[in-house]
Amino acid sequence: MYFYNTPEDQQAMLAAIGAASITELFRSIPESMQLSRPLNLPPALTEIELTQHLSALAAKNDHAGNKVCFLGGGSYDHFIPAVIDALAGRGEFYTSYTPYQPEVSQGNLQATFEYQTLICQLTGMDVSNASLYDGGSATVEAALLAISVTRRPKKVVTLGSVHPEYRQILATYFTAMEAELVTVACPAGAANLEDVAAAIDDQTAAVLVQHPNFFGCLEEVEKLAKLAHDKGALLIVACDPISLGLLKRPGDLGADVVVAEGQSLGSPMAYGGPYLGIMACREQFVRRMPGRIAGQTVDRRGKRCWVLTLQTREQHIRREKATSNICTNQGLFALRAAIYLSVLGPQGLRETAENCLRKAHYAAEAITADERFRLAFAQPYFKEFVVRDSKGDVKELLHDAYDAGLLAGVPLGQWYPELSDCFLVTVTEKRTQPEIDHLANTLSAGSGVSSLHKPHTARGAFISRSEMSAQ
Amino acid sequence: MRNHRATQLLFELSKSGRRGVKIPPAGVLAERPLESLLPGDALAESPPPLPEVPEPEVVRHFTNLSTLNMSVDTHFYPLGSCTMKYNSKRNERLASLPGLLDVHPYQPEESLQGMLQLLYDLEQFFAEIAGLPAVSLQPAAGAHGELTALMVAAAYYREQGQQRTKVLAPDSAHGTNPASAQMAGFEFVTIKTRPDGTVDLEHLQSHLDDSVAVFMITNPSTLGLFDKQVQEIADLVHAQGGLIYLDGANMNAILGIARPGDFGADMMHYNPHKTFSGPHGGGGPGAGPICVAEKLRAYLPTPAIVKDERGYRLEEDRPLSIGRVRSFFGNVGVLVRAYCYIRTHGPEGLKQVAENAVLNANYLLAKVKHILPVPHGERCMHEFVASGSELKKTKGVSAMDLAKRLLDYGFHAPTVYFPLTVPEAIMIEPTETESKETLDAFASTLFRITDESADLLHEAPHTTVVSRPDEVAAAKYPTLKWTPAPELRNDAT
Amino acid sequence: MKPEELLYAPTHEWVAVAKENGVQVATIGITDFAVKQLTDLVYMELPEVGRKLAAGQEFGEVESVKAVSPLYSPVAGEVIAVNSELPNRLETLNDDPFGQGWVMKVKLSDETALSKLLDYAAYQKQCSEQG
Repeated sequence: MYFYNTPEDQQAMLAAIGAASITELFRSIPESMQLSRPLNLPPALTEIELTQHLSALAAKNDHAGNKVCFLGGGSYDHFIPAVIDALAGRGEFYTSYTPYQPEVSQGNLQATFEYQTLICQLTGMDVSNASLYDGGSATVEAALLAISVTRRPKKVVTLGSVHPEYRQILATYFTAMEAELVTVACPAGAANLEDVAAAIDDQTAAVLVQHPNFFGCLEEVEKLAKLAHDKGALLIVACDPISLGLLKRPGDLGADVVVAEGQSLGSPMAYGGPYLGIMACREQFVRRMPGRIAGQTVDRRGKRCWVLTLQTREQHIRREKATSNICTNQGLFALRAAIYLSVLGPQGLRETAENCLRKAHYAAEAITADERFRLAFAQPYFKEFVVRDSKGDVKELLHDAYDAGLLAGVPLGQWYPELSDCFLVTVTEKRTQPEIDHLANTLSAGSGVSSLHKPHTARGAFISRSEMSAQ
Repeated sequence: MRNHRATQLLFELSKSGRRGVKIPPAGVLAERPLESLLPGDALAESPPPLPEVPEPEVVRHFTNLSTLNMSVDTHFYPLGSCTMKYNSKRNERLASLPGLLDVHPYQPEESLQGMLQLLYDLEQFFAEIAGLPAVSLQPAAGAHGELTALMVAAAYYREQGQQRTKVLAPDSAHGTNPASAQMAGFEFVTIKTRPDGTVDLEHLQSHLDDSVAVFMITNPSTLGLFDKQVQEIADLVHAQGGLIYLDGANMNAILGIARPGDFGADMMHYNPHKTFSGPHGGGGPGAGPICVAEKLRAYLPTPAIVKDERGYRLEEDRPLSIGRVRSFFGNVGVLVRAYCYIRTHGPEGLKQVAENAVLNANYLLAKVKHILPVPHGERCMHEFVASGSELKKTKGVSAMDLAKRLLDYGFHAPTVYFPLTVPEAIMIEPTETESKETLDAFASTLFRITDESADLLHEAPHTTVVSRPDEVAAAKYPTLKWTPAPELRNDAT
Repeated sequence: MKPEELLYAPTHEWVAVAKENGVQVATIGITDFAVKQLTDLVYMELPEVGRKLAAGQEFGEVESVKAVSPLYSPVAGEVIAVNSELPNRLETLNDDPFGQGWVMKVKLSDETALSKLLDYAAYQKQCSEQG
C-alpha cells in the first residue's frame, strides 16, 4: 500500500474540509448503494509475501528460458538486446502520461516521431501512426480505413493464409458493421491469384494479405496489389517486421496500408500482450488513419519540437462520426521498437533476418530427413514452415517433444481442420544448431527423450516458382 | 546542461558504417546463396535505410530524451480523469519473472497453469469489486472494452430476437462512447445533463422506448460527482428492457465502497492502468477488462478461462459468443500488474485507496476553491472540476495559461478544457499516493501564479525545453517523419 | 460578389446562382462569419467533380486544430467544378470569402431548395443571434 496520510494528516485534512469523518465524504452515495461488507478478496500481502506468491505461480509455467521455443504464429522468441529494458525501464518513460503537455513530454514525442520515421523506413510507406494495440487490431483498423477511403462499406477480401485470429477479430467487427469478410482459401499455402481475382469486385474495399503469411510462406504481393488496384480496392499487407531485413518492403510492392505485429521488435512474448500494432499508409490516407500521430513544429521561440497532431481524426473530436474509437497507443512498446531498430540498424536487422532464414531452412531439412515428416506446402518460406506428420499424430508428437524440453510447434487443426495432421514450426535467431538438431531428433524418435545431437546433412533446396507451377 | 547532440534526431546522429548490436552468423547452411532459399524477386537489394548508431549513442540519446519528460516517478501529476497514481516497482519486477514474461501464447495449457490460475483469480477479483459476475480480460484498452461490451449487448438482443438500434449517453460522455456505439452498429443519441452535471431525467425519458439497447453512464462522473439518480436511471432503462453500461474510468473513487452491479449496471469496463496502477507508458499500453451480468456471460468474447478437475484451460467453443476481439489473450502484462496491486492491498487496502483518494481531492478542493471556484459544489469524489472563468474575466488569464505556468514550478498541469460543460475547466485528480505536503505545495503554487502578471502567464512556460509549440503549423503543414536533407538523399535511402 | 446579393444556408454556406452556358449553376462558399468562428483553419476536404448532391447533404469539411466542421450543400445538383487551389491556400477564406474563396460550383438539378435559403438580412439576423 502506498499511502502517505497518517491519522493526524487525515484529521487535519478533514478539519480543513469541514468534515467530521471520511465516511461523511461519501455521503453523496446513498447508503442503499453502498457495500455494507468488506470486499470478498484475499487479505493484503507484503512485498515479500507477494514475491513468494507470484514466484510460485510463475514456477508453474514453462517458458522460453526452461524449454526450447519453436513456437510462433504471431508471437516470437526473438532476441531482446539489454539496452531496451535498460532504457524503456526508466521511470521517466514508463510512468509518464500521454504527451498532452508537449513542453514536459518532448522525450516521448520525439521518440514517437522517431518511431514513426523508423516504421516508414522499415515498411517503405509514407506515414506511420504512433501505434495501435497489436497486430490483430491494426489489421482491423486497416480494413476500416479502407472502407472509409473507398466508401465501400460492405466487403473486404482476405486469404485463408492470414493469421486465423486476425480474421476472427475482423469477423467479430464485421458482424457488428454488417459487412462481409470473404476469405479465399489457400490450400497450397499461399494465394492462388485466380481465386483471389475472382473474389474481388467493384464493391471490395480492400484485399488483406499477410506476407510472409501465417504458414511462413511468401505471397506474390506485387501481383495481388495489381489485382486489388484494378478493381479500385486497396491492398493491405500484414508483414513480419523482422523479414524486412531481407525481403522487399511492402511499400515498394504496391501496398496501400501496411500493418504488423511489432512484438518481434524488442518486446517480450508475455503470454500474448501487451504488444505493438504497427500501422503505416500512403500519404493520401493520413487523415483517415486511426490513433495518435506525432508531428514536427516549432515553439514560441522558433525551436524545433514535437506535438500530437491531426487530432481532428480522433474520437474525442469526431465522436459518433469517428471511423475508429481508439484513443490510446502502445507508447512504451513503440519506444521499445524504436530502440530495437536503432540499436540493430540496417546490418543488424539483415543479420537477424538471414539468421532466421538459414536456421529455419536447416530445421525444415533436418525434420523432413525423416520420411514421416513432409513440408505441407511447396512454397518459399521465411522463418516458419508447416510440417505434415504422415502418421497424423500431432498431439502426441508435440506432447512427447514437450517432455523432451521442447515447445516444438503450434498444431494447426484448431483453425484448419484439413491441417489437423500439421504443425507450424518457427525458428528465430536465438535457436542454436544443437537445439534444432534436438528438435529434429526428438520428432524423429517419435516419443521419449532423444539425446542425439548429430547435425543433419543439408538436403534439398528451395523450389523455384516455375518448378512449383509445373507440379 | 544539454549540448546540441542531446536533442538531435537519431537519424541526424547516424553515420554510414557505424553499428550497434551484432548478430552471430547462422552457422548452418552458410554456403547456400540467399537466392537458393528465397526467390530473387522477393529479396530487397539492401536492408531498410535505418539509422546506423552505435549502442553507447543509442543509450545516451534515449536517456537524454527521457529527461525531457515529466513522469509519476519524478513529478506530481494532478491530471483529472487519468488517475496518475504511483506505479509500484515491485509490480514491474514481478511481471518480469521469466515464468510470466517469456511465456508464449500457444504453449500447451499444462505448461501455463500458473498463468491461467492468476488470470482466473483476477477475473474473480474484478467480478467481486464490480458486483458483476462474468468477466472478459480480452479488451486491450478502455475504449476497446466499451466496444466489446456493446457488441455483447448487440449479440444478446439478437439472440432474444429484439431489434434495438440505439445507444444513449449523456453529453458529458467521453468521445469514445459515441465512437464505440457507432462501431458496434448502433445509432448514438446524446442525452442532456443539467447544470449540476447530473443526467436530465426528463430528456432521458423522452428517448426511452424499446429501441434503446444501452444507456452508457460514467459514475462517478467526469465532474467527480456521484450521480445519485443512477439507480432510478437503471430502473427506467431496465423497465424498457435496456441495459446499463458503466464507464469505469472513475472506479478509484468507489473501490470497496460501492459496486456498479449493486447500483444498476449490467456491464462495465475497468481501466487497470488507472485504478489498478498499471504504468501509463507515455500513452499505453492499457487494458480494458469488462464485467457483465450473468445473463450476458454467454456472449463474452472467446477464449474464456475455465476451471475443472484437471485444472485451468481456455475454452474457444462458445456458440453464443461474439467471437474474438484481440489476438491471443489480451494485455496480460497489464493484468499481472493489476493482480499484484489487488493482492498488495486486499479488501481493506482497496477501500483505503478510495478513502484517501477522495480525502485528498476534497482537501485540495477546500484549499483552492476561493481562487478557483468549483461550480459543482463543496464536495467531490476522487477529482473535481474548477473553473478559471473568474480569472479569465478579471485578469485575462486562461486555464491554459495557468496550466502552462504550473509546469515552470515543476507540477504537471491538470486536465484543462474538459469536460466541455464547464467554462475554462481545470480538472484536478490528486490520487491517494500523494502527501498533504505535496497538495499544500501545489495549492500555494496556484495562489502564487494567480498573483503573477498576466503577460508572464501568457508566455509560460519559461523554464521548459520548449514553450507553446505551434499546433496550427503542425496540423496545417504536417511533418510526420524525418526526411534526409536533399543533398544527402542519395546515400541515405 | 457582393454579400448583399447572395443567398445563405443556416449552416453558413453562401450561394450565388447564375446561368452558365444555358444551365443554372450555383457557386457555393463559406461565409466570413463561419470562417471567423472556426479560427485557424488547417485543412479542407473538397468533393469530387461529378458527385451528385442532395440539398442539405454533407459534401466536405473544414478543420481547425481541435474542431471539424462539416460543409452542407445548400442546393441539389451535380458538382461541376471545385476550387482545387483552396485547400493549399486556406487564408483565401479569410481574405476573400465571397470571391477567390469560393468552394464549388453545382449544376442545379432542382431549384426548390433555393426558396428555403435566407437572404442577406435574414442571415445577418441569425449571425447576430449566434454571435
